[in-house]
Amino acid sequence: MTEFGLRLAISLTQIAAVMGVVVVTVLILTLAERKVLGWMQDRMGPMEVGPYGILQPFADAIKLFFKEDIIPAGANKFLFTVAPILCLIPAFIGFAVIPWGPNQTFEVDGITVRPFVISDINIGILYILAFASLGAYGIILGGWASNSKYSLLGGLRSAAQIISYELNVGLSIVGVLILAGSLSLVKITEAQTGGFWNWYLFALPAPQIFAFVVYVISSVAETNRVPFDLPEAESELVAGFFTEYSGLRFAFFFLAEYANMVLVSCVAAALFLGGWNAPYPGTIMALIGLPSVAWVENTMWFAVKTYSFLFLFFWLRATLPRLRYDQLMRFGWKVMLPIALGNIVVTSLAVFFYQQMK
Amino acid sequence: MSQLFFGYFAGMIAMTSILVVALRNPVYSALSLLVMFFHVAGLFITLHAEFLAAVQIIVYCGAILVLYLFVVMLLNVKQDDRYHSQWRIAAIVCVPLVIEAVVLLVGGAGTMVSSRNAEPQDAVVTDNTLAIGQTLFSTYLFPFEVASLVLLVAMIGAIVLAKRDIGESDA
Repeated sequence: MTEFGLRLAISLTQIAAVMGVVVVTVLILTLAERKVLGWMQDRMGPMEVGPYGILQPFADAIKLFFKEDIIPAGANKFLFTVAPILCLIPAFIGFAVIPWGPNQTFEVDGITVRPFVISDINIGILYILAFASLGAYGIILGGWASNSKYSLLGGLRSAAQIISYELNVGLSIVGVLILAGSLSLVKITEAQTGGFWNWYLFALPAPQIFAFVVYVISSVAETNRVPFDLPEAESELVAGFFTEYSGLRFAFFFLAEYANMVLVSCVAAALFLGGWNAPYPGTIMALIGLPSVAWVENTMWFAVKTYSFLFLFFWLRATLPRLRYDQLMRFGWKVMLPIALGNIVVTSLAVFFYQQMK
Repeated sequence: MSQLFFGYFAGMIAMTSILVVALRNPVYSALSLLVMFFHVAGLFITLHAEFLAAVQIIVYCGAILVLYLFVVMLLNVKQDDRYHSQWRIAAIVCVPLVIEAVVLLVGGAGTMVSSRNAEPQDAVVTDNTLAIGQTLFSTYLFPFEVASLVLLVAMIGAIVLAKRDIGESDA
């Protein structure tokens, strides 16, 4: 096998592994969401398929797979077909730069392999933001191509909402970028090594607590989740932009929404909560003399952080009522934006004076 | 290899730009503009300007073009209302452009090649973002600030114009 072939094979394996992990996470999430919502509302959640309903995701997948694929009369067939794919690709492509574990390398036939990040590009976080912003196209075009007024309204709402809150997501992470001095997620995570007091949520000289709150709220809005799920507000718009979709195309939109949730959770964990770093210095595995398997502990911490963030999504859904549309816009532009901008100024000043004192 | 990529990106940019004005359906026009922005970002990447490529996608694809689509869908523009079949104006605009292209291709071919070979070596910087930031806030600080001021004025102007009706009806 040539060197190029080997590199290609390694990259494809990594991509397949990450895709697999994400899809399995989405499967778990669909069940977890219904279970958590059930428990919070004093219900059991799904109980029929398998013990305690744990096979429910497979039942859902099979159902969606065998449903009739309907293209409504008067719909724009090309865009109606393309829109779910346009929604799905940006949701998955962002995972390429997420560091899942420590940045260690090993050699296979003289080729250096980084097992825990597919690609460490030096504009990592911008890459994620760029592709996240493209997710809006799938929603808008899906809404327009359906030739239904509910779908169109849902699509237009989502366009306005995603643009407004994307800005806040972008501005809220600028503080972290100033502290880290890099756009690469691998470098940002490495800069937070050594105990939870080094995580950018708490780190001196400028704890990013306000930025984190803005990021959390804005990312909930950007993924169209309750309480910001106006593009698919079922009491007003039937099901919003995917009213006319059925079968696999609906499943694509569904998958994209959950993959986006996982992605924003991973970014939150990597930027604010130290990524794969444990909340204490070093790792327990290294202490008990097994430094070669310390990556297990690190990836587990990353998973714990991501999943607790995902739990927050469910918690918000069970707790909060939907905002009205003008409230949503006013909140985004008049509350979130000034906080994010103020955070940039404060962080810049703090970092500047901190460096002067040193 | 890089020639191949350049050829692909340049060809797609030219083709999709023509489609933007040639297509009958305004939504398809906006979509071919989206494809064009993507390929411009691709050109930036072949020049090792990753930061510019990301900003290109975030600003143009993620924000500006979404607003275009928004307006196109909201207004529901009739397909006949657009400025098609205006051959005279098109000819008047195209003739100088064609002459210019011929002159450039025939007259300046030798110098073009040498300058194109020189460019990529200058553009390869270890940290693209750092380089852009430092240039923007040292060499080009004054133009940068002026540009931002102009944009601010334009933004305030737009708000004043858009909000005039509401203010008058309240008073």
